[in-house]
Amino acid sequence: MGEIGITHWVVLSAILFSLGLFCVLTRRNALGILMGIELILNSANVNYVAFARYADTGYDGQIFAIFVIMLAAAEAAIGLAIVLGVYQAFETIDVDATDRLRG
Amino acid sequence: MTPHLAPTAAPWVALIPLLPLAGAAGLALGGARLQQRFGKGAVGWLACGTVGASFALSVAAVATLLGLAPDDRLLVADLWAWIHVGGLQVDVAYGVDPLSAVMILVVTGIGGLIHVYATGYMHDDDGFWRFFAYLNLFTFAMLTLVLADNLLLLFLGWEGVGFCSWGLIGFWHKELANTTAGNKAFIVNRIGDFGFVLGIFLLFWTFDAAGIPTLAFREMEPRADILNQARLWGVPVATLATLLLFVGATGKSAQIPLYVWLPDAMAGPTPVSALIHAATMVTAGVYMIGRLHWLFALAPVTLHVIAVVGAATALVAATIALAQNDIKKVLAYSTVSQLGYMVLAMGVGAWGAGIFHLLTHAFFKACLFLAAGSVIHAMGGEQDMRRMGGLWGKLPHTSRTFLIATLAIAGAPFLAGFFSKDEILWQAFSSRHGHVLLWLIGTTVAGLTAFYMFRQVFLVFFGECRADEHTRHHLHESPAVMTAPLWILAAGSVLTGYLGVPHALGGPLGVAHVMNDWLAPVFGGYRPVAGAGQPHGGELALELGLMLASVAVAAGGVLLAWLMYGNRTLAPERFSEALGGAPYRLVLNKYWVDEAYDLVFVRGTLAVCRAAAWVDTRVIDAVVDGSATVVRGAAAIGRLIDDWVVDGAVNAVADVTWAVGRRARRIQTGAITSYLYVVLLGVLGGVFLWWSWASAG
Repeated sequence: MGEIGITHWVVLSAILFSLGLFCVLTRRNALGILMGIELILNSANVNYVAFARYADTGYDGQIFAIFVIMLAAAEAAIGLAIVLGVYQAFETIDVDATDRLRG
Repeated sequence: MTPHLAPTAAPWVALIPLLPLAGAAGLALGGARLQQRFGKGAVGWLACGTVGASFALSVAAVATLLGLAPDDRLLVADLWAWIHVGGLQVDVAYGVDPLSAVMILVVTGIGGLIHVYATGYMHDDDGFWRFFAYLNLFTFAMLTLVLADNLLLLFLGWEGVGFCSWGLIGFWHKELANTTAGNKAFIVNRIGDFGFVLGIFLLFWTFDAAGIPTLAFREMEPRADILNQARLWGVPVATLATLLLFVGATGKSAQIPLYVWLPDAMAGPTPVSALIHAATMVTAGVYMIGRLHWLFALAPVTLHVIAVVGAATALVAATIALAQNDIKKVLAYSTVSQLGYMVLAMGVGAWGAGIFHLLTHAFFKACLFLAAGSVIHAMGGEQDMRRMGGLWGKLPHTSRTFLIATLAIAGAPFLAGFFSKDEILWQAFSSRHGHVLLWLIGTTVAGLTAFYMFRQVFLVFFGECRADEHTRHHLHESPAVMTAPLWILAAGSVLTGYLGVPHALGGPLGVAHVMNDWLAPVFGGYRPVAGAGQPHGGELALELGLMLASVAVAAGGVLLAWLMYGNRTLAPERFSEALGGAPYRLVLNKYWVDEAYDLVFVRGTLAVCRAAAWVDTRVIDAVVDGSATVVRGAAAIGRLIDDWVVDGAVNAVADVTWAVGRRARRIQTGAITSYLYVVLLGVLGGVFLWWSWASAG
């Protein structure tokens, strides 16, 4: 094991992803789900940066990571706006309670 | 008309028929206004003026004819081309020959007197102008008939008098019986006209087949042989055509079997009866036979039929007249009987005698009708002779003229009827086509005529007055405008006879038979019928004997009438109740001919109509209804297909879609978490598939 290599980063990223996914699937609070999504996005960023560091491809990975961060910020803004809208409509942000689109 | 004569162009003779036409047109269009503004006198003057002018022109035409050589006596007015089709050329052309001349004098002369009389008779009628419009039109039609130069124009007049008679008989149209009588006259005449038209067709067809398409008398007569040679179904065309034409004559001249219209035609005003039944319409058939005598002479079979029909009609009508109580009905049947005489004369080939009797009959029958009209006028409309009597002193002019005319029709010696009737009887006896039985019937009818006419005279003018107090109080002689024509006609009833003094009487005295000489260019000059001419010396005694016999029979009839109705020593019941009263009831009810016709033809027609209506409603309507039902059935089936197949398919698609949707919507839980699980499973499944594929590869 010795030096920290690509494998560590990938495992870290996988753990982050799994935690995020678990958070998304299990949280009933809409804000919790948004937080889980942030974790998933960040696991992707870790992968980008790690692969960019170990593969000689210039700064493409870092640039993509910055894009993802920017996108996450936008996504968070929209997501929070939706949550606010949901709260106004349902007076709750429990996603199990907001099932009006059930078929 | 002889074949070699040279006609003289005389366009003015066309005015003879056209003046009454102008009068009719003027009265029809402006008569009501004329009557309103200038009174009935103006209407009367106009109507009588046109006919009077025609009479003057007719006299002028006769004078012109007299100025020509006998064989050249023909005036022609060819007005305009009427029908020119292919080879056929029919012109509106009038021709005056001696035969037509006699007829136009009768029509305009006696017709004119009747016009004058009618101005008095119809004076209180609101339809005064309409009546005279019809009278003028009638005169025009009759003049067209007798002046026509071809068969088609003759037929136009023939139909014209039929139409006008319909209008005049039904003139008082507010009573159903009158219009029914008018319809009857018209319909019965139409039956005859049908035969007449067929006869014309046959003549034209035959001439056309021979390459001479013509209907003009002058062109047909010289070529009569064509008709004699041509045959249709093995019968000479001449026989067939004359029989068909004679059917027309039985309609117009009221012969068996079509005489039934004439007695009913008494429904019209009395001047109409006089005009139609004395001077004009009924003589049309006799005139037509005379006009086509060259054709009838070719068909001995037809002549026999005509003679028998004429004699039978004379006898039957005379017997019916014996028992009638209506003053006009007696005269009506008398007319039918006298027409039988004329037709009998035509049937034995005695053309001249028939026309001569037509002339004398026109005078005395017009006189009788108008006098009867005067009686009815005086009696306030009463027509039943049983409620008359004793009018001799009260109606001096009417009664005397009536008696003169009665003597004339009864055949009293040296009056008109005596000469003309005895000429017919003599011809019936002596002609090649004659027979002693025809003479016997004719003489019997002479006796019957004398009886029923004098029965009428005694019932109306002598004995007790049987009218009620009111009528008796109002009895009055008619005005001069009515009695003057009566006296003129009465004078004619005496004097016209001397135009035809029989050879047996006139010969020794040097008196010529004016009628025979006058008509000779028409009847005598060409194709004479043997025996129709002058009797020969040896037969003189025979003719005188027959004459005495008929006079004796007539005197017997008068005597019987005197005994029964004059001094009443012989009760009429002795005859009416003879043989259980059966013969009396038979003639009183006119042999039930009307009833028989009603039963056979009228009801038969109605039955056929009803059967046709039944077929219509039950068969044709059923077929139509059936086809409609079939269509409705087919439509119902189509609807089922629509409902169950077409709609079913559409609905099935919808139902399937709906059912699938109902099940598929369960996927939409609305719970975001479950969607995420699905996404996760999808991704994992995809990865797994990819991984197994990659490892397998």
